[in-house]
Amino acid sequence: MNTRLLPFYATLFIGVLAYVICVIQFPGMFSTRVAGNLLTDNAFLGIAAVGMTFVILSGGIDLSVGSVIAFTGVLLAVLINWNGVHPLLAFAIALTLTTLFGAAMGLIIHYLDVPAFIVTLAGMFLARGLCFVMTTDSVPINHEFYTLLQSLYWRMPGGGRLTFVGGLMVATFAVGILIAHFTKFGSYIYAIGGNRASAELMGVPVARTTVGIYALSGFLSGLAGIVFSLYTSAGYSLAAVGVELDTIAAVVIGGTLLTGGVGLVAGTFIGVIIQGIIQTYIVFDGTLSSWWTKIVVGILLFAFIALQRILVWLSTRKASALGAH
Amino acid sequence: MAEPPILLSAEGISKSFLGFRALEGVDLHIRAGEVHALLGENGAGKSTLIKVLTGVHQPDSGTIRLNGEQISVRDAQQAQKLGIGTVYQEVNLLPNLSVAENLYIGRQPMRFGLINRREMDKNARALLAQYDIDIDVSADLASYSVAVQQLIAIARAVDISGKILILDEPTASLDRHEVEVLFTVIRRLKARGLGIVFITHFLDQVYAVSDRVTVLRNGKLAGTSLCVDLPKLDLVSLMLGRTLAEATHGSRRQETGPVHREISFKGFGLGRSVAPFDLEIGRGEVVGVAGLLGSGRTETAKLLFGIDIADSGTASIDGKPVKIGSPRDAIKLGFGLCPEDRKTDGIIGDLSVRENIALALQARRGWFNRMRQSEQRALADRFVKALDIRTSDIEKPVKFLSGGNQQKVILARWLATEPRFLILDEPTRGIDVGAHAEIIQLINRLCDDGMALLVISSEIEEIVAYSTRVRVLRDREHQGELTGASIDTGTIMRTIAADSARIEA
Repeated sequence: MNTRLLPFYATLFIGVLAYVICVIQFPGMFSTRVAGNLLTDNAFLGIAAVGMTFVILSGGIDLSVGSVIAFTGVLLAVLINWNGVHPLLAFAIALTLTTLFGAAMGLIIHYLDVPAFIVTLAGMFLARGLCFVMTTDSVPINHEFYTLLQSLYWRMPGGGRLTFVGGLMVATFAVGILIAHFTKFGSYIYAIGGNRASAELMGVPVARTTVGIYALSGFLSGLAGIVFSLYTSAGYSLAAVGVELDTIAAVVIGGTLLTGGVGLVAGTFIGVIIQGIIQTYIVFDGTLSSWWTKIVVGILLFAFIALQRILVWLSTRKASALGAH
Repeated sequence: MAEPPILLSAEGISKSFLGFRALEGVDLHIRAGEVHALLGENGAGKSTLIKVLTGVHQPDSGTIRLNGEQISVRDAQQAQKLGIGTVYQEVNLLPNLSVAENLYIGRQPMRFGLINRREMDKNARALLAQYDIDIDVSADLASYSVAVQQLIAIARAVDISGKILILDEPTASLDRHEVEVLFTVIRRLKARGLGIVFITHFLDQVYAVSDRVTVLRNGKLAGTSLCVDLPKLDLVSLMLGRTLAEATHGSRRQETGPVHREISFKGFGLGRSVAPFDLEIGRGEVVGVAGLLGSGRTETAKLLFGIDIADSGTASIDGKPVKIGSPRDAIKLGFGLCPEDRKTDGIIGDLSVRENIALALQARRGWFNRMRQSEQRALADRFVKALDIRTSDIEKPVKFLSGGNQQKVILARWLATEPRFLILDEPTRGIDVGAHAEIIQLINRLCDDGMALLVISSEIEEIVAYSTRVRVLRDREHQGELTGASIDTGTIMRTIAADSARIEA
């Protein structure tokens, strides 16, 4: 078996185990209703996490995600509510801006050779600051098109609802998997994450790919912002604080190596769902503080990072054994 | 028999870096269906020449022709497209991708706008079958040995380029059987009409697989010849730049008579790095270490200083057994090492002359017993004077000093700790002639002051000039020790060139 996929299998196992434990304690959790809600409630997190997966696979990081989500929400509210722009046009404007924002960060990271951590940290402050420039209030969005999108759903067997945003997240993951494994762009991302210098020598267009990765993350953050605004029907400059950290957690729990090059988009999906399951459990329990989510996620993160270290250690030992035979 | 046609020719290639002439008017002609060995010590200009051919560097002057047409190679990708493929010593592939992806990244077969992985794997299997490699191509590259990875890298380079294949020290990390497999592949590619450039340090391998050999020395062409016309001793002469006829006794050190050799290593060795050897050294002795690159010279130094840990043998000082498990242990015992590559292992370029000199002494004292600025300054001033380090200011970052002065700074660092045993690995490499003579004088002075020194050098005359005894290394083994009157360049070179049992074709 491929040891690199071990973290993914571990995640899958923990995800299933967590769900089984929940169902044993609260049989009500075994329903498509809960499943539908899981998807809906975590839609924006999941969409942003797909972008983060690509960034981390390439060996980078994007700290601007939460701020870009808030920026998108405020921008949509201001455009739709105050300026009477149709939501579809507002979506297009928001996605264009966030994609360009991500591409700009990618350009700086590649051409100025500045660590992604610093550039996206600056991006985080910039995007958050721009929210406050537009408005400091929470602006509600009232538009019939919003109401229409919010009411769209597909009734699953068992009565669960796969809402528009939930479906959008699933679709995003599907496209993400396709990009990762069936496009040249995807193979370049893994190559750069594996070893940038080698990738360059092998003819991988490193500049184009780096810009593309951050542009994609910007686009998906914008899309997550749209979903978030559909979910909350408002734009607020203090929304989605720290969401980038939740997405990083989802990616790492999903089995992606923080140093890049190894991981699966599907793993991130499970990482998101595990976080959702913990939250749902807390809701069902009713007595636990919601902060328990953070505590469990913290413990899981530690466990997964330890697991990754052990696997890296094992594989280097194996490599030296191969070299010495 | 007619000479095969020339595929690639480089003429009058010169290249300087910041005033340092790395290549000076070098010619290289690669013929179709020929294996061309490129030899030279470190710094001779081999890698610069290869980088010029593959477009990593642009030559300052000279022309490169491919099939008679003049070309200018801008970058590695263009070189690949023109037909010049390179496989580096450290396999430059991606361990986290599958074998097939490594072979086809950037040119994967597509279907409906998506990568056709099945087709890609099928092509990869067919490609590797040409090399008699039958492996699971969808598995990660990292799951295969270095030897297999190397063959995959070759298969990739040949598939993309297909005219010229440059192999940069491909055998450095392979065992004997793997080398044989590689040679079989090289011969097969040669039969297909590729021009192959083969860089190695192992002379036996040159004769085993090459048709022609070109030797570079100090950035210049030292000679080029058909292998059959060039006996091994002549090849060594070319590489080291001395002919036996020129070999003179020079200014050999006076013998010091019997000395008490208090530092002793018995049966010291490490796996494939260096075969076990004995070494005894005492006050006022200089043991010169001669041998070609890759013969185990630097490995010996690393072992003695605890950078690599010996897996056999014991060390003792004054008859008491000691443990050398790390450089810290070695420093505590009063050892010092000036490493071969001072840029990466020795100086810390951004720190000042003063800080670089004080470093080892400070480390030995421990961080809680900090040296005062004034103390550091006094120390630095003393050594700047004693070693004649030419710097405008002891606060100047070391990277702005010339090579010879940088070398003196490292020497000063270790001399400040007043070592009893100092190891110098290539102390005179890459420094100008004047500084060269000064370093040699310094070695003599330190020896007269009663220090024990082990000096590794590719300059045989230099070794003859300062050594009381000479160790000759070949194929990672200590071949013997020359003492007294037997120390002369001729004997050393004959010992280096002596035939060995390694890889006979």
